Amino acid sequence: MISNMGFLAFLRRDLRLINRRRGEVASPLIFFLMAATFVPLGITPDAELLKNIAPGIIWVMALLATLLSADSLFASDYQDGSLEQMLISPQLLVMPVLGKVTAHWLTTGLPLTLVSPLLGLLLSLPTAGYLPMMAGLAVGTGCLSLLAALGAALTVSLQKGSLLLTLIVMPLYMPIIIFGSATAQYSIEGLAWSGPLAILGAMLAVAIALCPLAIVSVLRLTTIN
Amino acid sequence: MVVEPSLLSVKDLCFERDDIQVIDSVCLDVSDGEILQVEGPNGSGKTTLLRLLTSALTATHGDIYYQGRHLSECRFEYLSNLLFLGHQSAVKMTLTAEENLSWMVGRPIDCEELLAALDSVQLTGYSDMPCYRLSAGQQRRVALARLLLSPPKIWFLDEPFTALDRQGVALVEQCMQKHVDGGGSVVLSTHQPIAMDAVRRYSLVNQLSTGAN
Repeated sequence: MISNMGFLAFLRRDLRLINRRRGEVASPLIFFLMAATFVPLGITPDAELLKNIAPGIIWVMALLATLLSADSLFASDYQDGSLEQMLISPQLLVMPVLGKVTAHWLTTGLPLTLVSPLLGLLLSLPTAGYLPMMAGLAVGTGCLSLLAALGAALTVSLQKGSLLLTLIVMPLYMPIIIFGSATAQYSIEGLAWSGPLAILGAMLAVAIALCPLAIVSVLRLTTIN
Repeated sequence: MVVEPSLLSVKDLCFERDDIQVIDSVCLDVSDGEILQVEGPNGSGKTTLLRLLTSALTATHGDIYYQGRHLSECRFEYLSNLLFLGHQSAVKMTLTAEENLSWMVGRPIDCEELLAALDSVQLTGYSDMPCYRLSAGQQRRVALARLLLSPPKIWFLDEPFTALDRQGVALVEQCMQKHVDGGGSVVLSTHQPIAMDAVRRYSLVNQLSTGAN
């Protein structure tokens, strides 16, 4: 019986666990930076060309980086039996799950957002694009974390589930990447960028409301064996 | 005369997995102050039965009653009153023994009480060591320290003696004795004979090897 099943309890515990293995947090970030560095090297260092593709590149890299860290979300809890203890606790699991996802976002999505200006610099993103890009990433990576958690829950009982997780989650990422890169693209072209950002926000709101419920049901299903 | 309903009562419990009847028509009762030892050969479904009883699994057929009421009516109350210790003991390797214990106990608890519990399981001086540094038996002891601090009425222990030395086994038996003396109940699965009075045995048979289909 675990009765400290609140949002904050799980958030604090997961942050502490992640803090004990900081290297795992750093890897997706470094991947994010390095992969984006290859673009000017491999395609062209021409600023005129780069500025058009910069938002898209940054978003694709952010998406891949989130996926890299996603399979660890429930894996260790599954292996050591903590997940089983969670499932037989009398409280609802929605808040603990939301706490875990928030911890994941704080250690992947948020750092990605914070280092994204560096990538903007590498990819000659016009000055007007920085703020919209960061705003879009901050909101969008929240959606990415929630969807990645859904994939992680679906593949938690598989030995090598990370590739399958990627395949399950990627189609769901499509609307996020469309509106995410549109946010930065619009601002570069001098258009109002609040529209796509608002849609991203709406997607986040829906994801926060529905994903934890879906994750809990999926966890109950996948742990039956 | 009114018969007091038993603490836990199981009627005709069945569980099927991939068309194999893993648990077939189990009926059992557990009353206050009783230890029920579930025994049977490997693969006879001991763990499955315990997981069914803790509602980690849902039975394909059959009913569980808690204090005379069907589980669907008193799920919250039942789950608040049970403690389950499985094969995987839910000990986090990167957390220290003390952090693990305070998380597993799940209620606000002061540091001295935690340290005292760790002392009793012979982990004095290990309290702030990360659990990956501890041996398998010591990790098991961290999880067992929970038994000293837990108020739940009914304990489900799945092979609690795994990886423990003789002293550890005696300690678990002491804990169980204290628990049943206080009116609690224990359902455990183990192959080892237990040197205690209040033990009642329930035998499971291997459904496949007996040809029961």
